Amino acid sequence: MYQILKKQMLSDKIVLMDVKAPRVSANCLPGQFVIVKADEKGERIPLTICDYNREKETVTIVFQIVGASTALMAKYEEGEAFADFVGPLGKASELCFENVDELKKKKIIFMAGGVGTAPVYPQVKWLHEQGVDADVIIGARNESLIILSEEMKKVAGNVYVTTDDGTMGRKGNVNDCLKYLINEEKKTYDLAIAIGPLIMMKFATILTKELNIPTVVSLNPIMVDGTGMCGACRVQVGDEIKFACVDGPEFDGHLVDFDGCMKRQQLYKTEEGRAVLREKEGDTHHGGCGQCE
Amino acid sequence: MEVKDKLVRVPVREQDPKVRAKNFEEVCLGYNMEEAQAEASRCLKCKNPQCQQGCPVQINIPAFIKEIENGDIKAAYDEISRYSALPAICGRVCPQESQCEAKCIRGIKGEAVSIGKLERFTADWARENGVVPKNDSEKKGVKVAVIGSGPSGLTCAGELCKKGYDVTIFEALHEAGGVLVYGIPEFRLPKDTVVKSEIENVKKLGAKIETDVIIGKSVTIDELMEKEGFKAVFIGSGAGLPKFMGIPGELANGVFSANEFLTRNNLMKAFRDEYDTPIYKGKSVAVVGGGNVAMDAARTALRLGAEVYIVYRRSEAELPARKEEVEHAKQEGINFKLLTNPTEILVDDNGWVKGIKCVEMELGEPDASGRRRPVVKEGSEFVIDVDTVIMSLGTSPNPLITSTTEGLESNKHGCIVAEEHTGLTSRQGVFAGGDAVTGAATVILAMQAGKEAAAAIDEYLK
Repeated sequence: MYQILKKQMLSDKIVLMDVKAPRVSANCLPGQFVIVKADEKGERIPLTICDYNREKETVTIVFQIVGASTALMAKYEEGEAFADFVGPLGKASELCFENVDELKKKKIIFMAGGVGTAPVYPQVKWLHEQGVDADVIIGARNESLIILSEEMKKVAGNVYVTTDDGTMGRKGNVNDCLKYLINEEKKTYDLAIAIGPLIMMKFATILTKELNIPTVVSLNPIMVDGTGMCGACRVQVGDEIKFACVDGPEFDGHLVDFDGCMKRQQLYKTEEGRAVLREKEGDTHHGGCGQCE
Repeated sequence: MEVKDKLVRVPVREQDPKVRAKNFEEVCLGYNMEEAQAEASRCLKCKNPQCQQGCPVQINIPAFIKEIENGDIKAAYDEISRYSALPAICGRVCPQESQCEAKCIRGIKGEAVSIGKLERFTADWARENGVVPKNDSEKKGVKVAVIGSGPSGLTCAGELCKKGYDVTIFEALHEAGGVLVYGIPEFRLPKDTVVKSEIENVKKLGAKIETDVIIGKSVTIDELMEKEGFKAVFIGSGAGLPKFMGIPGELANGVFSANEFLTRNNLMKAFRDEYDTPIYKGKSVAVVGGGNVAMDAARTALRLGAEVYIVYRRSEAELPARKEEVEHAKQEGINFKLLTNPTEILVDDNGWVKGIKCVEMELGEPDASGRRRPVVKEGSEFVIDVDTVIMSLGTSPNPLITSTTEGLESNKHGCIVAEEHTGLTSRQGVFAGGDAVTGAATVILAMQAGKEAAAAIDEYLK
């Protein structure tokens, strides 16, 4: 069992938890993920690691309540424990393996969308610890969905908050913000890391391609085991089919077939898709996949 | 019960095909005491038992059958337990027809003795009567790590415990059992009764099981040996990576690996209402492949309510699945499209499967495997209307361990290179066996490898 040492509501739908998981915290790196299963009968939910503390043996996760399983997880309080918490899974961010002196020469921009801010945080923090301060754009629909902006400020060079409705920071999406930084503030960047909803990453990579900025994205598709066994997370990257769980979750954003990813995700993200699922899954359809909204 | 014709087997009771096609209860109901004793009486008690030679773990088959005939089932169980820790499982999933029963002298003129069903009867009786294997070995206080809790790992762990070692099994999933739990369906191998209790028996022998640990990610083999004090390691991590065909349309919604489909249903228990796991049932399902896993996926889809086709590129004689599984599948109403090979999965505008395009095949000259190579019949293209496709083309070992263990050699198929009969790998103190070494094979061959490796580990640590 994996005890929850801290629980904090980042908004009414977004939960942060520190979970005691010695084997995960001992070896995890930014970019990797865990699979959480609340109780015996729950689903296995993949979540990208948001932070970790090797001394306290904890791993921080952040998740949005979007279905039966995450709703169940959100009901757990400090002191209670999840049945399963396995990881670290996937490959660590490539940043972790680059020469630090080379990294210091690079100007890096992170584009974080909504809950995607959580997996961005450990990468920015890791860079900060190496003496590299990256810029971060945090975007969301409105103020209530902006998370971790204060924590991010402590580890980033500059943090730019932007909301679609202008209720916090700049008005507009992350792309508008990046264009502003480049056109108005005359910033230049050598590397972008975009993490958020598929649609946001799709348009972010279209823009960075135009701007000629190499871009890394992190995918979080449906998966069961997270170790390469089920193949549910397969995705077209360039000419190849990759498994997000073992080959990723990070990929070259300019090679990922986002339209294909979205078609696969439509199963869970659109009313039409969910209606089909209800029909096809029959009485096994509980909305417990962690992806249904 | 008297056996009138010693050449003919005592038939084993099964659920009616029409009934079982709609439920997940076990197909085979097994022998009762009377039937088992009658079947046992057919054994010739050969002086030089060929059946024992046919058994990968060398169970003294005439000895346990004699005990059944005498009505001393506990003695029969103790006899089997000297050789195998998983008899209720082996009695159900071993390919006896090509092993022990293939060598049975009774089988020359008549039908071979139902050794598998007798083994199953013995193990089930022991479970139902609370008989468990004993371990009175002296503790050595030497730690050995076993990676994977499938058939090879459980067997290796059980054997090492019996030799007095302090064994910890590491399992990547949340439940122990490996392919016995995620792969083989409930209707062939009941989980809560049969699998769980045999795993419990391995624990009773002294093995500890730590779930949720992915070796190579959560902790490496080097760390286990250097920091956690394990003196030897057995890798029984299986062959878990699914293959796809590489034909157009494989990324469509409604295309699954057999691994995903079976894992959702078996490990995650999608078929049970109280579990959260969804599964895509489909109205009409094509399962591509002809092995045991393909039969399992097809019969699972059938039980979830679909019309099911097996699509296999060779003929019935080449089907790699056990005969019993093929027969069961046919009885239940699975449609076999043999000598048929998919060329494309047809996808509708929204990205959903709407059919599978196939060509007819004919058998040509034998290939490297000795089986006749299927070749395409020109102009034979046709479409099967399905909304779900399950790819069951075999699996290969997971590279997570070989890629994170310095000096651990693997071959071009990703299989760990290990010495035959000892499992010794290129790394000192590291042994391997089962599907991780051979690629996908059977439960009993994995058990044999686990057993042999346990002996080799004992030798190494002496």
